[in-house]
Amino acid sequence: MLRFIIKRLLLLPLLMLLFTVVVFALVQAPPGDFLTSYVAMLASSGSSMDAAQVEALRQQFGLDQPVHVRYFLWLGSIVRGDLGLSLEYQRPSSELIGERMLVTVLLALFAFAITWIVAIPAGIYSAMHKNTALDYLFAVLNYIGVATPNFMLALILMWVAFSNFGLMITGLFSPAYTQAPWSLGRFLDLLKHIWLPAIVLGVAGTARLTRIMRANLLDELNKPYVVTARAKGMAEWKLVIKYPVRLALSPIISTVGWYLPQLFSGSLIVATVMNLPNIGPLLLRSLIQQDMYLAGSILLIYCMLTIVGTLISDILLALFDPRIQMEGT
Amino acid sequence: MADKIPDANAPPSDLSSKDEDRVSVASNWKLVWWRFRKNRLAVASAIVLLIFYAVVLVPDFFSNQDPEATDAFLAFIPVQGIAFFDKTGFNPSVPDVVGKRNPVTLRMEWVPDETVRIPIAVFVRGYKYKALGLFETDIHLIDAKDPTSKGRPHFLGTDRLGRDQWSRMMFGTRTSMTVGLVAVALSMILGVVLGGISGYFGGWMDMVIQRVIELLQSLPTIPIWLMMTAALPQDWRPEQVFLAITIILAFIGWTTLAREIRGRFLSLREEDFILAAELAGCSHLRIILRHMVPAFTSHIIAASTLAIPVMIISETSLSFLGLGIRPPAISWGVLLQEAQNIQTVALAPWLMSPGLVVIIAVLAFNLVGDGLRDAADPYGH
Repeated sequence: MLRFIIKRLLLLPLLMLLFTVVVFALVQAPPGDFLTSYVAMLASSGSSMDAAQVEALRQQFGLDQPVHVRYFLWLGSIVRGDLGLSLEYQRPSSELIGERMLVTVLLALFAFAITWIVAIPAGIYSAMHKNTALDYLFAVLNYIGVATPNFMLALILMWVAFSNFGLMITGLFSPAYTQAPWSLGRFLDLLKHIWLPAIVLGVAGTARLTRIMRANLLDELNKPYVVTARAKGMAEWKLVIKYPVRLALSPIISTVGWYLPQLFSGSLIVATVMNLPNIGPLLLRSLIQQDMYLAGSILLIYCMLTIVGTLISDILLALFDPRIQMEGT
Repeated sequence: MADKIPDANAPPSDLSSKDEDRVSVASNWKLVWWRFRKNRLAVASAIVLLIFYAVVLVPDFFSNQDPEATDAFLAFIPVQGIAFFDKTGFNPSVPDVVGKRNPVTLRMEWVPDETVRIPIAVFVRGYKYKALGLFETDIHLIDAKDPTSKGRPHFLGTDRLGRDQWSRMMFGTRTSMTVGLVAVALSMILGVVLGGISGYFGGWMDMVIQRVIELLQSLPTIPIWLMMTAALPQDWRPEQVFLAITIILAFIGWTTLAREIRGRFLSLREEDFILAAELAGCSHLRIILRHMVPAFTSHIIAASTLAIPVMIISETSLSFLGLGIRPPAISWGVLLQEAQNIQTVALAPWLMSPGLVVIIAVLAFNLVGDGLRDAADPYGH
């Protein structure tokens, strides 16, 4: 077990290194360097920067160097934990990202928890009561859930709440806590608001997982060992929960590998629509402002979250199904 | 899915001998079609998709106004409900609307004026357009009977610039449905070539392609897409942006198809008929194109159909965030951008109508794809 995890952990730096290359290529992709557009932006807003300042910034970011040198400069500073300065906010990127990390991770985890809490029982019920009214209802809901884009669902909910109850369900904090520093009160306030965006984020995944769970369990329910147990007079619910569900869960656990990363990156859209302070809107804003180094840093964070999601799924799978470890070694 | 070996000598046993004869001589495609036909929901969805693609071909015919025509005095006109009957019988019409400025908010408020009805009809003359780029015509599917009438029917209201939402939706349909199709076509080409190489030849090429796929699949999709679209130059023409978006979507989209195709190749490679073809001296290309590809075309079509809705949702989301298709080009996502502000939505909920169309389109694609996937295995079950 330990060897398996260590092997996975050793792969991480390599993957992360590959990601930095991709991210850097994207940071460099827009035509012209960002400093030029920054100066142009300043000029259009009335303020300006003198030539010495521009030159100092140019050297600080190594813009006068060839691409590969710039990459290593950038990589070097990232390894040291310095994500650079955001030009727009005039604050270190790590600070900007740091204050939004908790919300980013919590939102995805909540959505994940909601998905499992809803999808697994719904899937089990659907499989055990195949072709009943409720099974059909779940099937219809699943199709609609998969077909509805996240942002559309958020928009509809916001519209219904606003036009019927005059409620603004955007944001994650009550007005009193919006600007306040982190405290227990602020955290509890966060918990009060996070469930709605988490549901919006989790709907499509819930729909999919329900279908997977139902199909897996249906496969198991036809197997002879189930028939034997039933013939021996085992209580139906005990029989199902104890054996087939456990086997049907294994493929579900392997979905964590793509589902958690999907939640992290999908939260970007929900957060933008519902105005949640996670790193998604920050990325969007930095991209629109051409604040490319901040955008690059955020993209790296997303890559990291993706890798962590995959790692968690690997470990869970290894814990749950010992055969996986044997294959891995 | 891969474990079913097509076997022409084993038709389903519950058929009469006459049917059995039909099944045993039917071509693979016929069998797929017969099975698909049985799935009512999938057939209905296929018809919905056909209507969508008709709109894609001639959006002008389905719209009743120039989608770009702005008139600030006609902003935020609500949906005018169609009444099919009046006192004299079947006589479809929409009520005219009259605007009154609210003295407090200074906003135009539109009320339907039931006394003035605008009669509507199908196949009426309106603005001139070139259908399919071939011939000029002015026939539109549905519009006011009298094209010169002052009040215009707005079937889905107007947006903040007084543009007709219904007509814009038709043009948005063209863009969004094409994005899905082109992006999947690109992914399919990449997927067939790279997945084919990977599965047929194996060895180090398989190894490299598999690692590349794994790398691409472990990238966070939405942020990467945003980053790539943000890098597109601002001064590109709409067609260039359109093409770039499809390439960006296909950039990650091909990996799923490539995996699928690789799996097919791997299982087919071991089949006896491939060995026979090799012994008969067929070239690699002939074996692949003549013997292997036809064996899994139906599966590829099913997988592609299921990939299109993913592309459509992605394009819509990107455009909605302002980093996909850009105005003046119209797509469903661009239209939904108008509905970004909740106050606007509360005022003009009809601006969300493109979202409903997205859901219908994605639903239809998923149902057809599921139907095709089940039908693609004609000898299974």
